[in-house]
Amino acid sequence: MKIVVCVSHVPDTATKINVGSDGKTIDQNGVTYVVNPYDEFAIEEALKTKEKSGGEVVIVSVGTDKNKDTIRKALAMGADSAVLLKDENYRDSFAVAKALAEEIKAQDARIIFFGKQSVDYDNSITGQMTAEMLGYNCVTVVVRLEIDGDKVTAEREIEGGKEVVETSLPVVITAQKGLNEPRYASLKGIMQAKKKKIEEKDAAAADNNLEIVKMFKPAPKAPGKIVGEDVSAVPELVRLLREEAKVI
Amino acid sequence: MGKVLVFVEQRNNVVKKASYEAVTAAKKFGEVEAVCTGANVEGLDALAGYGATKVTHLKSADFENYTPSGYAKAFADYAKDSGAEVVLFSNTAMGKDLAPRVAVKLNAGLAVDVVSFNGDGVEATAVRPVYAGKALVEVKVNSAVKVYTLRPNTFAAETDGSKGDVNVVEVSDVDLGSKVVEIKKSEGKLDVAEADVIVSGGRGLKGPEHFNLVEALADSLGAAVGASRAVVDAGWRPHSEQVGQTGKTVSPSLYVAVGISGAIQHLAGMRSSKYIVAINKDKDAPIFQVADYGIVADAFEILPELTNEIKKIKAE
Ligand SMILES: Cc1cc2nc3c(=O)[nH]c(=O)nc-3n(C[C@H](O)[C@H](O)[C@H](O)COP(=O)(O)OP(=O)(O)OC[C@H]3O[C@@H](n4cnc5c(N)ncnc54)[C@H](O)[C@@H]3O)c2cc1C
Ligand SMILES: Nc1ncnc2c1ncn2[C@@H]1O[C@H](COP(=O)(O)O)[C@@H](O)[C@H]1O
Repeated sequence: MKIVVCVSHVPDTATKINVGSDGKTIDQNGVTYVVNPYDEFAIEEALKTKEKSGGEVVIVSVGTDKNKDTIRKALAMGADSAVLLKDENYRDSFAVAKALAEEIKAQDARIIFFGKQSVDYDNSITGQMTAEMLGYNCVTVVVRLEIDGDKVTAEREIEGGKEVVETSLPVVITAQKGLNEPRYASLKGIMQAKKKKIEEKDAAAADNNLEIVKMFKPAPKAPGKIVGEDVSAVPELVRLLREEAKVI
Repeated sequence: MGKVLVFVEQRNNVVKKASYEAVTAAKKFGEVEAVCTGANVEGLDALAGYGATKVTHLKSADFENYTPSGYAKAFADYAKDSGAEVVLFSNTAMGKDLAPRVAVKLNAGLAVDVVSFNGDGVEATAVRPVYAGKALVEVKVNSAVKVYTLRPNTFAAETDGSKGDVNVVEVSDVDLGSKVVEIKKSEGKLDVAEADVIVSGGRGLKGPEHFNLVEALADSLGAAVGASRAVVDAGWRPHSEQVGQTGKTVSPSLYVAVGISGAIQHLAGMRSSKYIVAINKDKDAPIFQVADYGIVADAFEILPELTNEIKKIKAE
């Protein structure tokens, strides 16, 4: 049985973001890319699922040759093989999901892991879209997962608590922090990853239906007021919150 | 002017505040129909006052609890038949879960976490934060049907107080491919994702035993308690309280950061708060760059005093 993990290649969260010269995307200068943090939870859960029930973990990523760095890291954690679905052009989530859905079908995978969100566009939609295109079940923002035969029980985070969702295979799970502790790649894993094959093919054709008109930086906030440097500032702070900000 | 459908979210048969915001915001697209999936939802008649010319209750006993497959199918089927050109959700746990499924069913483009629209009618473009709020993009959805999710606490909810009729549609063939069988509430506390006031603590609190000071201030303000990742990773506070890039994104009216340095990943989750107060003993802490009001001092001295002052005011 194949277990697919979809991983995206994103700027490190500590990166300073500047708008590029096209006015629509970020300036790539000095930007370092990493495995999307939530996808690490997805990879870990896939490896655990394999350890428990057997199978083969396949990494799938849509993008350019640059995604190979991220794919190698996933392989170093212990995934068995990888597929890079190539497209040099920008794809919106709908188009990414189309490519992923085609590949998942071809792999005949019945358990598919995503991260809950890519920390670039912060969409949180690709997993659900892919599941819907495949007609598979889907549970998002999962912090606990149990798969028993065809039966799936997953806990997802909601406002003020958690929902326990029951569903069945085939299923798409989007991983939230808390689901597990992602393992570090061992030296052996890193060495082996170099030898593992990354299959490359063109991503299935798809149209974007989201067009970026422009990208811009948020207006800088007016400098705030330092109300004081000891307890004597407290009454003034309370007054400001009440009379100026009117929030209490 | 087009036709716009708003997915109205309910929990325990009560309509969520974010849905009133979405109905009010929907008016700019044209004629608004508010549609709620649920078992016996109360107060739907009030949606008329917010601007819905039609209110529909997609009703089934199977809708008592959330079912991702069931809600998505019933709502998308209804949306298809209604001929809506624009469909709005709130960017909540449920809205985020449903909107992409519905978008695919409607073959529609989706823009999430929208904080404003430029222009009116179906041609309006949407503005939304990306890269954790370090940048914004203006996007145009080019498909025939357009789906958006709106960031909660960002659009105003306005009603003239009027009430209207509720069109009840019984749904018979609910798709229960996935369904919620249990809800585990976090012990009686207010959730940061929904709170209008948040008091967050960071590593400056020195240890979990000192969070009672943060809790006391939060109690006096009727606020939720939030936390930085440093204290969540240290096990002082649960992850559900984490604010930031890998925690929750919040936009309350008031956010009080105590002993939090203001790392870029923390700011990502709270910088769109209306007012930010920072209490930190380091005057160079980056949190002061986004704070409206700051006190540069020891949190252990400030917190008890601030709690007392707030209590006094609230007692007036
Ligand atoms: C991929 C990634 C994702 C991340 N996601 C998040 C996230 O979602 N949320 C998040 O918060 N962080 C996140 N971080 C971590 C972030 O970079 C910071 O490490 C973290 O926010 C620091 O927490 P802190 O402000 O509590 O601690 P510190 O940075 O240690 O700051 C403590 C502050 O307390 C002040 N202080 C000390 N004593 C006192 C006192 N007695 N009174 C008043 N002030 C005092 C100090 O001056 C200091 O400014 C992420 C990091 C990475 C790499
Ligand atoms: N280009 C991509 N290739 C493979 N997987 C992706 C890609 N983009 C997004 N994903 C997956 O979809 C999840 C959610 O991404 P998003 O909807 O963009 O926030 C990510 O955590 C990945 O698991």
